Amino acid sequence: MAENKKKLLQGNEACVEGALYAGCRFYAGYPITPSTEIAEGMSVRLPRVGGKFIQMEDEIASIAAAIGASIAGLKSLTATSGPGFSLKQECLGYACLAEIPLVVVNVMRGGPSTGYPTGPSQADIMQAKWGTHGDHPVIAVTPSYVQEILSETVRAFNLAEKYRTPVIVLYDEIIGHMREPVTIPAPGELDVVDREKATCDADDYFPYDERYEIAPLAPFGAGYRFHVTGLNHRKDGFPTNDPRQIDLNNRRIMRKIDNHREEIWKNEETFLEDAEVAVFTLGSTARSARFAVNKAREAGIKAGLLRPLTIWPFPDRAVTELSKRVKAIIVPEMNLGQMTLEVERCSKKADVIGIHRVDGEPITPAQILDVIKKHK
Amino acid sequence: MSERYEIRFSGSGGQGMILAGIIMAEAASIYGTKNAAQSQSYGPESRGGASKAEVIISDQPIDYPKATSISCMLAMTQEACDKYHGDIKEGGILLVDAEEVRKIPEGRFRVYSYPIIGAARDELGKTIAANIVSLGMITELTGIVTHEAIERAVLARVPAAFLDLNRKALQLGFDKAKELKKK
Repeated sequence: MAENKKKLLQGNEACVEGALYAGCRFYAGYPITPSTEIAEGMSVRLPRVGGKFIQMEDEIASIAAAIGASIAGLKSLTATSGPGFSLKQECLGYACLAEIPLVVVNVMRGGPSTGYPTGPSQADIMQAKWGTHGDHPVIAVTPSYVQEILSETVRAFNLAEKYRTPVIVLYDEIIGHMREPVTIPAPGELDVVDREKATCDADDYFPYDERYEIAPLAPFGAGYRFHVTGLNHRKDGFPTNDPRQIDLNNRRIMRKIDNHREEIWKNEETFLEDAEVAVFTLGSTARSARFAVNKAREAGIKAGLLRPLTIWPFPDRAVTELSKRVKAIIVPEMNLGQMTLEVERCSKKADVIGIHRVDGEPITPAQILDVIKKHK
Repeated sequence: MSERYEIRFSGSGGQGMILAGIIMAEAASIYGTKNAAQSQSYGPESRGGASKAEVIISDQPIDYPKATSISCMLAMTQEACDKYHGDIKEGGILLVDAEEVRKIPEGRFRVYSYPIIGAARDELGKTIAANIVSLGMITELTGIVTHEAIERAVLARVPAAFLDLNRKALQLGFDKAKELKKK
């Protein structure tokens, strides 16, 4: 019997494979359903590759430890679900301002509060963008398939390292817990990006050097002296009250993402060339949507799917362009309208129709197909 | 949708329904040549409560990972049978544990009733092996994976000390299902 090289992996196990592939060598976390398998996997695998795993006393300490490890030079990961993601928000903002590369996985379960621990949701889409206070840059990637959780976790680390910022991997319980055959890529098959190293003399080094859009981050303890704080800071990292300096820095941390949206955006298009009605959705709901779109095509309806793998920064341009070509954009999501609002903001001509479900059950292909038929 | 073969394993938490689903998915996709997607749903409790695992098997890429039109369902408790049998398609198969499921639901599907847990207890001395017995029965009843593929998948997933027990459990399942099919 032919035996292929694939393994049947759970979504969360694929996340572990992706993190290790990307070179992650530090994990700090506090277990929470439905993300716990990531912590379990990292606790087994990290020590084998010389990495460190630590279970902290809570979610706040976990992200704080991951930030510390990243400042010391290690690619760091923490994973959680809604309630834990709420707790991590303060430190997430800290990492945005202090410009610390970091990957935070949020496996979305039903909320608010403790909600429905074993049921799926997509209700943290806005929390990923606005959960922490202040204007801040956010990159969030949104895989739909188990194989894609692996590759998108690698991409999340690459973006974090390149842009010196926390990156969120956002997927729902369904794909976190489901299993599919996965091929572990060979070394070199996927790009792996490492942060830029400081090469200048220690006296000339500034972690927030204004001459750069993104200054190199020297590992703490490597001989470069600098300060790390959540206060607005000067180029050497020490706090400042200088309005010019504060403005410069606040605008720069936004600009370093905005200027590179083309590179950060990633969309998959299915049957959009001649589509008259389009579906826009992500995560496991995009799987239902693809099924529904295929069924619609079989029935002679010109339906298509726009699936963002980067939800933040929001794919404004792709949605705007799509809205000029189709009659309607259907937005199924396991929440009460978070993405629908964004699509409405970007849509120039097309009708925007949300499909929402918050009962802990997936949006089915039949639900989406019904709406496609009404708006064809 | 006709190319999707959907199997649902249902029972109560702790009966190994999710493991059975994983093994079936591996038999199809790792030790066989098909695509498979396995998903599950369970309550917040780690033991008890209705629990189900689903496996979609197809020659095509699998988008929607949940069952909608079930070709074969296993029910190891009355609660799970009542709660989950509604999606079995016309002409599908419902396999129930005869001692646990006394009230057989009505529907246009074939029902096979057999004391799976009892057989695991009496013939193998381990009720815990009932899920593997059921995998043998489903393999025999559906033919969706080969005997060889399911055996390799089972043996790769169980602890080394229990290889023999699980091999016997699987064979017991094949044999009993063969007898049921003759009736």
